[in-house]
Amino acid sequence: MNEKYNVSSSPHIRDRIKSSNIMLMVLIGLLPATLFGIWNFRHENAWILVVVTTAAAVLSELIYELLMHKPVTIKDLSAAVTGLLLALNLPPTLPWWMGVIGAVFAVIVVKQLFGGLGQNFMNPALAGRCFLLISFTSQMTYFVYDGVTGPTPLANLKSGEAVDTMDMLIGNIRGTIGETSVIAIMIGAMFLILMGVIDLRIPGSYIVSFVVFITIFGGHGFDPQYITAHLCGGGLMLGAWFMATDYVTSPITSSGKIVYGICMGLLTGLFRLFGGTAEGVSYAIIISNLLVPLIEKVTLPRPFGFGKGGEK
Amino acid sequence: MGLLTFKGGIHPDDGKRFSKDQSIRTIMPKGDLVYPLSQHIGAPANPVVKKGDHVLKGQVIAEAGGFVSAPVHASVSGTVKGLEQRFNPAGSKVECIVIENDGEYKETEYAPVKPLEEMSGEEILERIGSAGIVGMGGAGFPTRVKLSPKEPEKIEYIIANCAECEPYITADYRRMLENTEELVSGMRVVLSMFPNAKGYFAVEDNKKDCAEKIREAIADEPRMDVKLLMTKYPQGAERQLIYAVTKRSINSTMLPADAGCIVDNVETLIGIHTAVVEGKPLMERVVTVSGDAIANPGNFKVLIGTDHQELIEEAGGFTEKPEKLISGGPMMGFAMVTPEAPVTKTSSSVLAFKKDLVAQIQETACINCSRCVDVCPSRIIPSRLADYAQRHDEEAFVEMNGLECVECGSCSYVCPAKRPLKQAIGSMRKTALANKRKK
Repeated sequence: MNEKYNVSSSPHIRDRIKSSNIMLMVLIGLLPATLFGIWNFRHENAWILVVVTTAAAVLSELIYELLMHKPVTIKDLSAAVTGLLLALNLPPTLPWWMGVIGAVFAVIVVKQLFGGLGQNFMNPALAGRCFLLISFTSQMTYFVYDGVTGPTPLANLKSGEAVDTMDMLIGNIRGTIGETSVIAIMIGAMFLILMGVIDLRIPGSYIVSFVVFITIFGGHGFDPQYITAHLCGGGLMLGAWFMATDYVTSPITSSGKIVYGICMGLLTGLFRLFGGTAEGVSYAIIISNLLVPLIEKVTLPRPFGFGKGGEK
Repeated sequence: MGLLTFKGGIHPDDGKRFSKDQSIRTIMPKGDLVYPLSQHIGAPANPVVKKGDHVLKGQVIAEAGGFVSAPVHASVSGTVKGLEQRFNPAGSKVECIVIENDGEYKETEYAPVKPLEEMSGEEILERIGSAGIVGMGGAGFPTRVKLSPKEPEKIEYIIANCAECEPYITADYRRMLENTEELVSGMRVVLSMFPNAKGYFAVEDNKKDCAEKIREAIADEPRMDVKLLMTKYPQGAERQLIYAVTKRSINSTMLPADAGCIVDNVETLIGIHTAVVEGKPLMERVVTVSGDAIANPGNFKVLIGTDHQELIEEAGGFTEKPEKLISGGPMMGFAMVTPEAPVTKTSSSVLAFKKDLVAQIQETACINCSRCVDVCPSRIIPSRLADYAQRHDEEAFVEMNGLECVECGSCSYVCPAKRPLKQAIGSMRKTALANKRKK
């Protein structure tokens, strides 16, 4: 037994989970909303936009890394997640090349130029969407359902018209590809919660604070119909469960996650009730992304054994 | 009743099934015995024998080198071969006394024992100190020092650390089942020095049989009780254990005594019993030999100084060549370069694994998932501290409470990016602590 053995610092065992497994689970979690969206907008051939946008995100990461002689990281699936999330946030009628521009912007400008995975301070998919929204405003706000164009339910709600909340739950409404079906989104979200990929701290505080805000300032008091319509519309569910929970751009501290959720809830309420557009989830999230360093600073936990709950 | 616990922690596969049902088997050494002079925290012991000396079992071969130190005793009779540089289980070459076993196990004369009631606290401490008892869970802090707090009357809890939260190790488990009386007797000795203290046996709930056994044994002990803990790593870390049992929390600058507590593990309490009630110094301990590369995993009572290789042979040797040998548990133990290292006072186990999981993993970028933060029992931010450590930014490291790390390794365990967080934090912490002491 004179052979030498491997030496390394403890611990000598590791959990099985890898970053790429997590990204894969997010992709699986997005599947119900994706499939529903593709079916729901089949007349508009939404599947082309979904496939092209996702592929563009992965390819731009690959090409950038090859050109820059950096290790290729597309296998971690984070670019695929970004591309798919962006696609789900686009109107089904958007020309495919605009989806490509959004994906390239998201992956190259927002993610890679800041140092790649883990270094971006803004959600790449949402930043890509906001970039398209500013660049191609009319195409990005053109919504169709069953061949009929018109405003989204939230826009109707804003102008004081009645909306069918049942349709909003199921998803038979106008909207972006992946945001319309609350049921499909929640199936995916439940999966991610059960797999331990996301938890309730961020979406929970986001949704609760948003409900409180619109109850106080919405002018309808605590009207379940009004609140349900707000929760089901405008991509709030997709945003709260799949974008706000993005690890890289949310706080690392436990209480910071709650504060971050509240920020998004208040901003979404503010933008919807007092802003020019009916939606506002994307802007609420990316502005809150910018607040993350500050939130982390003020929510730094007290280490074990200091103060509260400490020695008597 | 709710189980006692702390916030954070992990649930790795406990691996105890390999060896938990194997009774403790006493084995005798075949080769030379090797005694490192430093088997404890504090000053190394000073050797008092020289090459060629004949020693008896139980004889002091090295005296305590200061107040925070402990003597070392021969565990066999035989001849001193000399002072040599040998590997310790942690993989460093250290000064050791080597003794050739004459196989007769002739024992030295011990000071006669007195009934516990007739001994003063000072006498008990003296016995524990001269028996060379140190924290045998792994830390190796001299027990005499631990049991000499500034204000003994302020100690309210003596906690027997029966958590054994490290995966695979079952030495304490077998001790609790097979040596319950000695364990309780050790607690009785400690309680006799602290009139205002209660004695709690803190057992994880995956060892309910031990809890039951101890409960029966302490039926007539009004000052003792059993506390069930949630099975979770690192439930047996001193600060976390104190919190779980008493809801008092201490930080790195405080001592358990500041929270009115003293914590001793199972093997240490049995050592205290042996020292005070039987009058014998520390010469043996129970070591678990386990892992998927060991033919017959088991728990062995061995003389301190026995080579690990002999232990592995007693357990049937390897089924195939392992990639990794670990002294201690898989979470906090040391990877051994070679099995040719002696069992010391703090060796709780030796594990052999066919595959070295750590060698296969590839580090990727941190995705800020906060899993390390969620499991950290010290409630610090491991991923950020590791960043500071890699940048050698000592100031930021200390500012962000890096010194509070207990090096349990939970962060490295959960990290999906497979970053060696504990390694980075641990080495920075060592530097920062050294610089702090210089000031």
